[in-house]
Amino acid sequence: MGADVAVMVFGVFAGAVSGLFGVGGGVLFVPTLTLIVGMSELHAQATSLLAIIPVAVLGTWRERATGRVDFRDVAVIGVASVGTAIIGSLLADVAPERVLRVGFALVLLWTAWRIFRGVRRGDREVAPAAASGDD
Amino acid sequence: MTEATSARSPLSVLIVAGALAGLVSALFGVGGGIVIVPILVGFAGYDVKRATSTSLAAIIVIAIWGTIAQGALGNVDWSAAALIGIPAMLGVTVGVAVKARMSTARLEIGFAILMVVVAVLLVAT
Repeated sequence: MGADVAVMVFGVFAGAVSGLFGVGGGVLFVPTLTLIVGMSELHAQATSLLAIIPVAVLGTWRERATGRVDFRDVAVIGVASVGTAIIGSLLADVAPERVLRVGFALVLLWTAWRIFRGVRRGDREVAPAAASGDD
Repeated sequence: MTEATSARSPLSVLIVAGALAGLVSALFGVGGGIVIVPILVGFAGYDVKRATSTSLAAIIVIAIWGTIAQGALGNVDWSAAALIGIPAMLGVTVGVAVKARMSTARLEIGFAILMVVVAVLLVAT
């Protein structure tokens, strides 16, 4: 009962994070489902994927008016993801949980590192096409 | 490389973003945004606001593939998905509204911090 309320609260929070950062919310759904609901990593991830869909649909619908959604790019990314999504699901079904967790964490840290580096480097945003030999 | 017109990102970058996002999404149960956003910003010349908006839309497609695959394997818990997903729909409305008023740099830093927090959480538990 109390756990259900906690899950819903985290759900709202995950949704907000999703709208803010363009992630599906899975980054928070998965830990919520494993830590609070007590699901296995595999079932939490599978369930998270389903929960993401309505959230992303609503978020995109809300964003449409801003003109920031490039639907051509969306289509290309979406189509390009089919094969690997299926391969990934099959791998997730057989891979050990610990490996999945550490793998996930490494992906996140790598991503964060890239962003921090980018923010530091790009403080002066879009310098005109100037030198192409940057580094 | 093309010159001018900030738009039209290279197809190859989008394809790589999609392929990686699909894999990460299915493996880790996320929509793939954690991969798509940095790739769009780093390699396709997107600013972070456009990247997050486009990423969210792409996630719809990616999560559908993953759900079909995981559903077929019997791993999806529908009631738990509703319990967490429906409140999240409320949250996403708020998040999109807040983003509209947030600076790009803040959004980027917030994104990076979020990733670190979740990474630590996952390994620590």
